[in-house]
Amino acid sequence: MFLENSEITVIGGGIVGLSVAFGLLKAGHSVAVIEGLDTDFSASRGNFGLVWMQGKGSGYAPYAHWTRDAVAAWPSFSEQLHQITGDELSLNQTGGFEFFTEASEFDAFGDTLREQHVHLGNRFSFELLDGDQVRRLLPGLGPNVVGASFCELDGHVNPLKLLSMLKSSVVALGGTIVSGAKVTHIEKAPGAGFQLSINHSKTVQSNRIILCAGLGSSTLAEQVGFKTQVAPQRGELLITEKLGERLPFLSSTIRQVNEGGIQIGGTQADAGYNDDESLSAIAQLAKHAVDVFPALADLRVIRSWGALRVMSPDGYPVYSQSQTHPGAYLVSCHSGVTLASLHATALIDWIDDTPNAPDLEAFDEHRFSVQSSAQH
Amino acid sequence: MSTASRFKARPSTNHFISLTIDGQSVLAKPGDSVAAAMLAYSGDAMRHTVKGSPRAAYCMMGVCFDCLVEVDGYPNTQACMVQVKEGMVIRRQQGLRKLKKEPTGGE
Amino acid sequence: MANEFDLIIVGAGPAGMSAAYTAAKNKAKVLLLDEQPYAGGQIFRNIESQVNGESIYGDEYETGKALINRLGTQGISLEFRASVWRIDEARNVLWSRDEVSHISTARHVLLTGGAQERPMLFPGWTLPGVMPVGAAQILMKSSGLLPRDAVLVGSGPLLYWVAVQLIRAGAPPKALVDTQTPAMYLKALKHLPQALPAMVTLLKGVRYLQEIRAAKIKRFSRSSDFAVTETDHNELCLSFKSKGFAQQITAPIILTHHGIIPATNLARSAGVKHEWNEQQQCIQPVVDGWGQTNISGLHIAGDSAGIGGAEVAQASGQLAALNILCLSSYISKLERDTASRKAFTKRRRAMSIRAFLDVAYTPLAELQLPSNETIVCRCEEVTAGEIRRSVEQGADGPRQVKTTVRAGMGPCQGRLCDPTVRTILASCQVPTSLPNARSPVKPVKLGELAALSNSTFHNHD
Repeated sequence: MFLENSEITVIGGGIVGLSVAFGLLKAGHSVAVIEGLDTDFSASRGNFGLVWMQGKGSGYAPYAHWTRDAVAAWPSFSEQLHQITGDELSLNQTGGFEFFTEASEFDAFGDTLREQHVHLGNRFSFELLDGDQVRRLLPGLGPNVVGASFCELDGHVNPLKLLSMLKSSVVALGGTIVSGAKVTHIEKAPGAGFQLSINHSKTVQSNRIILCAGLGSSTLAEQVGFKTQVAPQRGELLITEKLGERLPFLSSTIRQVNEGGIQIGGTQADAGYNDDESLSAIAQLAKHAVDVFPALADLRVIRSWGALRVMSPDGYPVYSQSQTHPGAYLVSCHSGVTLASLHATALIDWIDDTPNAPDLEAFDEHRFSVQSSAQH
Repeated sequence: MSTASRFKARPSTNHFISLTIDGQSVLAKPGDSVAAAMLAYSGDAMRHTVKGSPRAAYCMMGVCFDCLVEVDGYPNTQACMVQVKEGMVIRRQQGLRKLKKEPTGGE
Repeated sequence: MANEFDLIIVGAGPAGMSAAYTAAKNKAKVLLLDEQPYAGGQIFRNIESQVNGESIYGDEYETGKALINRLGTQGISLEFRASVWRIDEARNVLWSRDEVSHISTARHVLLTGGAQERPMLFPGWTLPGVMPVGAAQILMKSSGLLPRDAVLVGSGPLLYWVAVQLIRAGAPPKALVDTQTPAMYLKALKHLPQALPAMVTLLKGVRYLQEIRAAKIKRFSRSSDFAVTETDHNELCLSFKSKGFAQQITAPIILTHHGIIPATNLARSAGVKHEWNEQQQCIQPVVDGWGQTNISGLHIAGDSAGIGGAEVAQASGQLAALNILCLSSYISKLERDTASRKAFTKRRRAMSIRAFLDVAYTPLAELQLPSNETIVCRCEEVTAGEIRRSVEQGADGPRQVKTTVRAGMGPCQGRLCDPTVRTILASCQVPTSLPNARSPVKPVKLGELAALSNSTFHNHD
C-alpha cells in the first residue's frame, strides 16, 4: 500500500503497535502503521497468549497495578474487536494455575505472590495448594507436582487471532498499514514533526511517531534521543496435535488453544538474535508437561519454535516521550498481549495528554539513568 | 453404506493376517500397511475431519497425514506407516482424537 | 560423547544406498536410516519380494536389487522404521522408532530423503479415492494392490510409466486424461539435441507411449478445469474440459500426477540455505557439485537436492560419499577426483534430458492457482479463497498467511500446501520468501521427548 504523510506514524505492526494504532484511531487520529518484513523476528507471531497476573510486578508496584488494570480492561477490549471484525478472540479469564515440581521453587513463588499482594491489596488474591490438594481438585495431575498456585484473574486468548483482528480493525477504522517496509532513518523535519526514510529511499513526514518496533526499536530509538537498549530473550514453545476434549486447566506453561492443540512454553534463554528451537528446551518442556499431566505423554508434538521476547534492562515496560525530539514516543514491553487492552486505551490518553491520562512516570526510561548514576 | 474397495481383489493365499476394522473381521496380507489393508477391504473414508469431511489415505508415504486411524487404542496413527499384525484392532476416526484411556479392562 | 559413526545417511533410496556402499567400501563407519521397513526408497520399494518384478518394473528391478544387495557391505549399520525428526548444527540426528527417540551423531550427515509428488489441486482432490499415482505405485509394489478401472490425470513421465505398469500388471486404466498440449512439446523440442546422451531414456519414453496406445486406453489431451465429485454409488465423477469440450468420466479411483518436488523440510529445519527453482517450480537446497550445503558437515544428494531421477541420485550419492571420505581423510583429494570421474560423467549424461522434460512437462498454472473453493491445506482445511482473502487483508508473506489462516500449521507441516501458497502469493504480487521449517519435522510424542531430558546432547561448538 502507498504510504502517505500522516498525523501519527506507528513504527511496528505487531500486537503492541497495532493496539496503539487501534486506540489512536478510536481517539480520532489519522494513523499509519509501518509493519516491517515477513521475515523479521516477530514476538507477536511466536507468543503464548496469556492474559496473566500471577507474579507480575511483585518487585515493582507500578507494574503490578498496570497489569491489574490491563486484566480488568480486557473484556471490553475484546468485545470492541469482536464488534468491529465479527471474529472470535477466544478470550477466557476463568483463572489459571502455576504448577511446580520443585518444592523450593514453589516456596519462592509463594513469596513472590505475597509481595504482589502487598502492592495490590484487595485487587489481587491467590491460593496456594499443596500437591495432594491440587490433585484432588484436578484429577489426572501427576505425582511429581509438589504444589500449585491459582489466581482467578488469570486467563488466555488466541494471540494469532488477536494480531489478525487488530489488523482488520485498524483497517476498518481508516488506518493505513504499510507492510514489507522498514524505517531506516528518522530525523526532525524542517519546521515541525519528523521525516522517516523507508527502505533507505522514500521519505514520509509525520507529526508524531510512536516507536513500537520491539527488537527493531533500538537503533531508531537512538536517532530520536532515547537511551533504552532492549535485548532479546528467547522463549521456546511446543504445540501438539489437536485434542477433541478440553484440558481441565489453564497454566502459565500449559494451555489448550481454542483449536484443540496443547501449547507448552515457559523457557527463558539468553541466545542473542537466534530464534532456533533447541533440543534441550524441547525435552525440558515435554518433561514438564508430562510431569504435570501424565496423560499428555501420548500426544504428538507437531512443531516447536523459538521466539524472542523484548526485554528492557529491568524487564518492565518503557513508555517515554523523547526529551530531545518531542512528539516521538517509545512503547516497549514483553507482555504485549496482557497489556494490549491498556495500550489501546489508557496509553492513548497519556500520549494525547488528556485529563484522564494515567501517571506513567514510573515507566519513563529515565529510571535507567537514575539507577545507573545511583550505582556510581 | 459400505463402499466396495477401489482396488482389484488380490489372489487368495494361505498366508494371511486377521485383524478387525470397526469390529469387522478382515484378512490382510503379511507386509501390508494398515492403510493398504483398509483400502483392500473397502473404499470408504478412513476418517472424518473435524469439519466432517471424509478422508482416506492419500500419499501412502508418510507425508500427508490424511490416513490417521486408531490402531490398538492409539489414535492418530499413520496407517500407511504401520504394518499389520495378527489381531490388530483398527478403528476409523471421527473428528479430533481424545486422550488415550489407560487400559482398564473395558470401555 | 564420541561420534559412533563417520557418516549418518538419512534415506535408503538410490542416493543413500550408493553413498553408504561407497563410504563403507572405503572403511568408513556408516549409519543408514530409513522410515520404511526396508531399503529401496520409493523407486525400489519392496523390490526384493516382487513376483515377476522384471516383467512389470523393467530394468529398474535389477538396478534396485544390486544396490540393496550391496548394503551387506561391512561397516554399514541399517536402521529401518526410523523416522528422523531433527538434525541440528552439532549434527545430533534425532530419530524415532516405536515411540523411543534415539540420538546418533557423526562428523558428517548426508540427507537423501528423496522427493514427494507435487500436489495436484482441484475441487474434490481431498475425497477418498483421489490419490497421486505414486501412492498407487506404492500399493502395487508393497501390497500387490491394483486399482480398479483407474482414471489417470495430469502429465509427466511417472504418469505414463504407471499407466504402463498397470497395463502390464493386468489392470489397465480406464482412461488417461492428459494436461499435455502439443505446444509444450514443441517448446521443448529445442532442448532435444542436448538430451541425446540420454537417448536410452528418451526411447524408453517413446516405447511407453506406444504401449499405452497399443493397449487402446481411452485418451483425452489438452485437458483442464478438473473437478471431482462423489456419485450416489460412492464412485468418483471427474469432470473436465478436453480441447475445450466438457467431458465426464466416472471411476472408483482417480490417480493424479503433476511432477515431483524435493523433500526439503528436514534440510530447511537444519538451517540449510534453499532457493527457488523457477523452471521446476520448486524449492531446493543450494549445494555444490559434491552435495555440500552451507552447513559444514551436511551434504544432500539425490532428488532432495534437486529433481534428477534415480540414475542421477545414484551418481550424486556416490559423489557426496567420496567428498565426505576425503574430508574425513579416508581418501586423498587425488583419490576422490579419480574415483569421481565416472560418476560425474554418468550424472551429466542422465541430467542431459532434464531441460527437455522440464519444459515438456511444466506444471500447469491452473493446477497451481486453484479456484477459491479448492482446499489448499488439507490438514487445516483451508481453501484458496481464504488464502487470497488473507492476502487482500494485508498478509505479506508465507509466515503471515500461515499465522492468519493456519495453512501449514497441521501435522504435515506445510508439505502439501507450501508450494500452492507460494504460487498464490506470487500471483498476488506478494513477496514469496521461503517458508520456515521447524523440528520436529515429523510428529513425536511428548512422552518420547520428555524421556530425552535425561540424555546428553552434543552442543554446538
